[in-house]
Amino acid sequence: MNPAEAAAAGGQSKGILRVVQLYPRDMNIYGDWGNALVLKRRIDWHGYTPELLEYNVGDPFPEDVDIIVGGGGQDSGQLVIQDDLQARAGQLKELAEDGAPMLVICGLYQLFGRYFKTRTGAVIPGIGILDVETHGSDERLIGNVKVSTTEFGEVLGYENHSGQTTLGSGVRPLGTVAKGTGNNSNDGHEGARYRNIVASYLHGSLLPKNPAIADFLIRTAAERKFGSFSPGNPDDTYAVLAREHAARRPR
Amino acid sequence: MPLLGYIQNMVFFSVPLGKLVRRVSRLRGGGSALPGLVVEKIDPGFMRRTLTTLPHGVAVVSGTNGKTTTTKMVVELLESQGLKVFTNRTGSNFTRGVAAALLGEVDLRGRLDADIAVLELDEAHAVHFVNSVPPRYCLLLNVLRDQLDRFGEIDKTAQLLQHIAAKTTGTVVLNREDPRVARIADTLTGQEVKYFGLDDSLLGTFPNDDDMRAAPGSPAPAGLPEKPAADVVLRKVGADSAEFEYDGGTVTTAMKLRGVYNIFNAAAALTLARSICGGGAAAADHATLLEALSKVAPAFGRGESLTVDGRPLDLVLVKNPSGFRLGLKSFPAEGYATMIAINDNYADGRDMSWLWDVEFDSLREGGVDVLTGSRAYDMALRLQYDDVRVGAVQTDISAALAAFIREGRDKPKRIFCTYTAMLAIRRELAKITTVEVVS
Repeated sequence: MNPAEAAAAGGQSKGILRVVQLYPRDMNIYGDWGNALVLKRRIDWHGYTPELLEYNVGDPFPEDVDIIVGGGGQDSGQLVIQDDLQARAGQLKELAEDGAPMLVICGLYQLFGRYFKTRTGAVIPGIGILDVETHGSDERLIGNVKVSTTEFGEVLGYENHSGQTTLGSGVRPLGTVAKGTGNNSNDGHEGARYRNIVASYLHGSLLPKNPAIADFLIRTAAERKFGSFSPGNPDDTYAVLAREHAARRPR
Repeated sequence: MPLLGYIQNMVFFSVPLGKLVRRVSRLRGGGSALPGLVVEKIDPGFMRRTLTTLPHGVAVVSGTNGKTTTTKMVVELLESQGLKVFTNRTGSNFTRGVAAALLGEVDLRGRLDADIAVLELDEAHAVHFVNSVPPRYCLLLNVLRDQLDRFGEIDKTAQLLQHIAAKTTGTVVLNREDPRVARIADTLTGQEVKYFGLDDSLLGTFPNDDDMRAAPGSPAPAGLPEKPAADVVLRKVGADSAEFEYDGGTVTTAMKLRGVYNIFNAAAALTLARSICGGGAAAADHATLLEALSKVAPAFGRGESLTVDGRPLDLVLVKNPSGFRLGLKSFPAEGYATMIAINDNYADGRDMSWLWDVEFDSLREGGVDVLTGSRAYDMALRLQYDDVRVGAVQTDISAALAAFIREGRDKPKRIFCTYTAMLAIRRELAKITTVEVVS
């Protein structure tokens, strides 16, 4: 339904935006649900109609996907989705290249890359949408993180990973780490950006305290679907205060 | 015999010194672990020596949720059978806390007058403890999403519990309904294994972490192909009663405990107490066991009820998503003034992600009156996204508590709080009402 149809149908909706959660059954830890919930509510607050769908191993892949969001998992979760993810690699890559906005956190960030090489040397292939590679390590990177970004201002979150990710020339970092570690212990970068994909290690959940990223995903989805985005007026008073307090907390 | 003399000197020296540090630190009103740390540093063998002398050994209680209340239940059940029990009641559920609690109980020669020790241990610390003091019994409650920033992952936590079971010399008591715990039985060789279980009709009202809405941790391992028989099964939960099945019969007993998860843990405590009594520590007397069970009150902060201005004030400890969900489910909001206190100190866990794995719909109708703690605004933001009305937000806990009590004068009150927030609230409440002293 386009905005005109929605208005004609009597609703005030500017149109439907369909959000698909990737593998919520197996890749969903540390509050990844928060990202899906924030997209759902903010789409509504901006005057559009959200549709939140789940895609799990073996499901038919939803059509007309506007936003994709995927989370982290334990090693066991990554093993469960591995084959299915490879089978969907073509569709996901096509969507990504076509400019569909996506948010991938932690485990799916790694698997959207070229490969994950575990500590024992086993290689878990990724789907190569992102030009990044990840190596398992014995060091677990844990704690509050502050990232300086040019696109979204200061990004706040919490990292908990042992994979060390390095970026290739085909992607750019989400930002520079001001507190915490980020992608790896060496280069001071966090996350990756490619087309309309935001990839990050940050939980928290990421989107509630970083509404700028949520609105980027929604705006991009609306522009891609309807040609333009007319924002609503979400009340971000609590987000602003939660950011202020979170930024002052120790690592 | 210089070596023996040295060891004896250590006892004469370390125990009185530890006791002194314990008294001083109590006067300071804080840290229950410091005296344990002092003894651990100067006399590392103190704890093992003392505990291995107990005639019926050591029982360790571990798992993510419910350790404190379950341990309290086991202790009271055993005491009802005439046993003298040593426990770490102070909530210091790590090795130093045990050493500190021991210091309060031993005589000056370092001897402990008890038949058995029942110890609550944090999963990670339990591993260190059992390496030093292999327990005769262990009770493993559950593996839920908790403090993952400290331990890494749920599967890792299950491995920690498995290690505790492996080090146990006698009986291992397992939760039949938690696949990660029940599966530990497959890895054991010499130990006797006993289960506590739930009636099928209650499984649905008792969400485990893998059933959380769109939020499983990792895929649960398959349940056991065929459910083994459980020593004690919780069959029904009434308003203030519960029905248990054991020894081929069912019994209904009154319960002071509230919350289905507390009552399920009563089945766990009963299983362990029956094992210990069956192990020759006492001949189990069922009538007195049940009577003791019916009288168990929750451990401090775990659904504890205080009185303020003639009205009840409940403290509900919430420290992980499943615990918070169960707390909301077990203590309906209707008619209550509600406060939520979220701190992110080390003991609470610094990661706030877990708040997003809890649904707060049940608070929508009445709203939440006051939010407090260092992450009060994270909580406010969380509630905004669940359409729950928020009254006041005040990060300072004493100011928030005063306002909550002032403005909710004519209502019963309930406070959901993280661990360190609970300690702060208890300190404040102690100024205006009677609060059990926690050292």
